[in-house]
Amino acid sequence: MSAAEIGNPVQPVEPGLRAEHRDSLLAVRGLRKTYTTGGGGLLGGERRTVRAVDGVSFDVARGETFGLVGESGCGKSTVARCVLHLINPTEGEIRFDGVDLGSLGHDELRKLRRRMQIVFQDPFTSLDPRMTAYSIVDEPLGIHGVHDREERERRVEEMLDLVGITPEQMDRRPFAFSGGQRQRIGLARALVLNPDLVVLDEPVSALDVSIQAQVLNLLRDLQARLGLTYLFIVHDLTIAEYFCDRLAVLYLGAVMELGDRETLFRAPLHPYTNALLSAVPLPDPRRERRRKRIIIKGEASPQSGAVQGCRFRPRCPVGQDRDICRQSEPPLQEKAPGHWAACHFAGELPTGWEAGAEKS
Amino acid sequence: MNTPVEQPTSDDAVLRVQHMRTEFVGDQGVVAAVRDVGMTVNRAEKVGIVGESGSGKSALALSILGLIEPPGRIVSGSVWLNGRDIPFRDDREMRRIRGKEISLIFQDPMSSLDPVKNIGDQIIEGIVWHQQGVSRRQARKQAVELLQDVEIPNAERRLHDYPHQYSGGMRQRIMIAIALANEPSVIIADEPTTALDVLTQAQVLDVLQRLVTERQVAVILITHNLGIVAEFCDKVQVMYAGRFVEQSMVDEIFYRPTHPYTEALLESVPRPDRLERGILPSIPGSPPNLARLPAGCSFEPRCSVGHGKQICKEQVPVSLTVGSPMRPVVAECHFARERFEHSAQHVEGAPV
Repeated sequence: MSAAEIGNPVQPVEPGLRAEHRDSLLAVRGLRKTYTTGGGGLLGGERRTVRAVDGVSFDVARGETFGLVGESGCGKSTVARCVLHLINPTEGEIRFDGVDLGSLGHDELRKLRRRMQIVFQDPFTSLDPRMTAYSIVDEPLGIHGVHDREERERRVEEMLDLVGITPEQMDRRPFAFSGGQRQRIGLARALVLNPDLVVLDEPVSALDVSIQAQVLNLLRDLQARLGLTYLFIVHDLTIAEYFCDRLAVLYLGAVMELGDRETLFRAPLHPYTNALLSAVPLPDPRRERRRKRIIIKGEASPQSGAVQGCRFRPRCPVGQDRDICRQSEPPLQEKAPGHWAACHFAGELPTGWEAGAEKS
Repeated sequence: MNTPVEQPTSDDAVLRVQHMRTEFVGDQGVVAAVRDVGMTVNRAEKVGIVGESGSGKSALALSILGLIEPPGRIVSGSVWLNGRDIPFRDDREMRRIRGKEISLIFQDPMSSLDPVKNIGDQIIEGIVWHQQGVSRRQARKQAVELLQDVEIPNAERRLHDYPHQYSGGMRQRIMIAIALANEPSVIIADEPTTALDVLTQAQVLDVLQRLVTERQVAVILITHNLGIVAEFCDKVQVMYAGRFVEQSMVDEIFYRPTHPYTEALLESVPRPDRLERGILPSIPGSPPNLARLPAGCSFEPRCSVGHGKQICKEQVPVSLTVGSPMRPVVAECHFARERFEHSAQHVEGAPV
């Protein structure tokens, strides 16, 4: 199904490119993923097409941490899975180190995938409970055809050591480890193949605050040591701000805003980004007493059929009642070097963590 | 034991918990999730209980409401509510009290809503059960008003809808409506917004804040999110390994934490709007195994102050009350006094 068939305006060709051209490891262009529900048989109900990802483009430079943020259902995890071709995109192009993944055959894709790994959110379900820490980390080497026993042993021990699992712990099974330790083992498994890109899908959301900090520090450290590039899926904006170099804010499958962390958190242009920042309670009671929140009504619900106008309009404090927002979908445009926003009225709200102004 | 923070307005107390001890029997033997804990909540006060998973915060909430089920067991404790001791261990007696004088909001509204009954019936039943002499018609009218209060559009019509027809945020607002239906004096909210997205969380907290203020209801808010505590609470109790290790007013917790655990917890959270990105101070190790607690202070193995110190390894710290009588700080740390006085030098001149 083409974009025209589902009635969606074609997105600009190359949004998300950095102003200054840097060596990008990953380039995503016009990514779309649609799911069709219902329509099957007796009780299948009405046939609907849900656009989980609806024309997303961005670049990730070598060595950087690129964040995808947004609420549940915004499509951030779907983007991540399409990037790894764990699910096939409906449309669009994923280029990894210059190679179009869509053009690859099964075997070639498998080979390339060795260089792209993923760490999942839940350390309690993503590890096989019957395997030891050692065998969990060793397994990918076997799958990818590393058969030299000594080399394998060396790699596995090195990786486990790097993430802080001691030799005495290597023969234990997942249940014997805490959540933080399990996430470390998941990380060692992802890194043992020496990948270039690691997709981190909410890697600390299931962990306690004190353990989150340990794992974030470890991720930072490994990135510096091993020269990793991270695609970081996260819903917690305070962690996003702390951890990412550049970010894209997604809403109902599309990029609302894209820029480096400083710009995005200090001077966001899109009302949705503003609303998100305004909604996060800060661990600072005096400031909280002064802050006035922008309360956005309603909830994001995935759309089917044609998009009319801006997808955020029904909840938008700026454009809710404006004709242009109702009629035309704002394209993602570069409003300042490297700072992209999809809004007809970009920059019309007070911005940043203090969005909503102070209580009088 | 944990001495409850006595507020200057303590004759305003609506809830007092004393010597609460709750144990669970598991494969590692008997484990005390709540270890001889006390707290006081005043009228219309918003008290936050913060702690990591396994610290005992939910077990305490369930204990207060008499909702501990085997293999759990309340070993000791008393709960004083609205001027009298309540039979919190007697489930039948508690059915008259729960949902009337004290009510509970869970993280997952689907676990407390009946999926095969419409929302109207669920609210109405609660009202008719607790309020004598109220007819179903009157209760229905109240139900509509309640739904309007929690900002459910088209309340009258939506009474007929079933839980699955509402969004997650709406379901949580309905839980607030149900919790408020019989004008309780205390609501316990256990991670009420943890499963929600940030914009929805803001909506829910906004509604809760407005309604409990209007109705002068006290709230015990259980959460691991320090931002929510800063936004919502007047007073904070920090829980670690089944004990309140620090209790004080919200500003003291955030601006001059006395217990090293409180301080470490605050530092390990990325602070928004601070663009420096150094290493996050983290707490080494993991929360303790409750079946094998250290002999002395349970935080000693992870503590930046007491780690390796003999007194901390050997002696369980008692509750020390520091701070002014108007703004007491209660901390279970051998070094509470020094730490509090030291922090006073740092904040001198700044009103806390």
